[in-house]
Amino acid sequence: MPKDNKSLASVFFNGVINENPTFRLVLGTCPTLAVTTSAINGLGMGAAATFVLLGSNAVISLLRNFIPDKVRIPAFIVVICTFVTMVQMLMQAFVPSLYDALGMFIPLIVVNCIILARAEAFASKNRVLPSIVDGLGMGVGFTLAITVMGAIRELIGAGTVFGIQVMSSGYQPMLLIVMASGGFLTFGLYLGLFNLIVNRIEKKKKGGAAA
Amino acid sequence: MSELTKILLFMVSCILSHNFIFSRFLGCCPFLGVSNKVSTAAGMGLAVTFVMTLASLFTYGVYHWLLVPLGLKYLDTISFILVIAALVQFVEMFLKKSSPSLYGALGIYLPLITTNCAVLGVAVLNVSEGYNLVYSVLNGTFGALGFMLAIVLMAGVRERLETANIPKCLRGFPASLIMASMMAVGFMGFTGLV
Repeated sequence: MPKDNKSLASVFFNGVINENPTFRLVLGTCPTLAVTTSAINGLGMGAAATFVLLGSNAVISLLRNFIPDKVRIPAFIVVICTFVTMVQMLMQAFVPSLYDALGMFIPLIVVNCIILARAEAFASKNRVLPSIVDGLGMGVGFTLAITVMGAIRELIGAGTVFGIQVMSSGYQPMLLIVMASGGFLTFGLYLGLFNLIVNRIEKKKKGGAAA
Repeated sequence: MSELTKILLFMVSCILSHNFIFSRFLGCCPFLGVSNKVSTAAGMGLAVTFVMTLASLFTYGVYHWLLVPLGLKYLDTISFILVIAALVQFVEMFLKKSSPSLYGALGIYLPLITTNCAVLGVAVLNVSEGYNLVYSVLNGTFGALGFMLAIVLMAGVRERLETANIPKCLRGFPASLIMASMMAVGFMGFTGLV
């Protein structure tokens, strides 16, 4: 039973590293591919998804003893959708430029598999505090992954990061990377690199244990 | 341009130049998850086509004849997803009773479709682009056919990829994504078509 601080921390880092939704579970690929044309879009999307995850995990965890098992999926979707509509209205009011950039992918947070997966796998079985921490961890993991990917694509495709010129003025932007095919390519290579690093670390651990 | 030519061009653009996967990034989860075999990919594609056509029709009705007159536009996302979930459930029950053979072929894919972002995506897109009823339904059907084309092609490539000798860290998802990237370059060539 995750009660003390130590296990709460492990729940948090589980979402950020061990079960990172983007790298490990490969969930929520649509926003990962579509909105990562720049670092700021990735950050915005990540923040919106984190807010929804936090809210939906908290509410679903609170209601977990009241929702009948047979209608749990529609019930989860209604809860998630409520938070998505809130995010949509807040973003439209306070960050209209980001709202326009993310476009239809804000309402599509509803069908982001990460959120429903966490509701089903974690929030519906655990108490409120661990669920909130789990939502936060998953959200931070997702945000980190897509912000870094946005930064890479922005750097190669436009020569800037967060809108700040990084490459020298003679740099010819590689437009392909910010287009659709570049999204798939960057994500594929990025995932491959992550696997390579994880495999190396695991091998080292195993080697150390054997020696 | 006559209306018929316009509609014909719209159909072609839905399948090729505005392909749901390669240019709009909608429905990537099933595209990567259910594209192991050509036969399952085709089954998924058919089920999505079926549901997306109906979903375009029903969400159009709900939005323009229910939400707009009542001034409840901000409830669009929540009502669309409920319409889609109910629709999928209904289609499943209907197929089970009326056509067991079709149910046998599509049944296992139907529950997955509720969370397929292409279905909610087409509903949101129809509203944001301001399509009328005919264009909405065409967008649903032909967009889904474009999705089916992409997922079947991908499954064909992946069947070959199974036996290819590729670096360990790229096996599985990374290799599929890189293949998808090359296919997207191909589909980009259709942009000038319409």
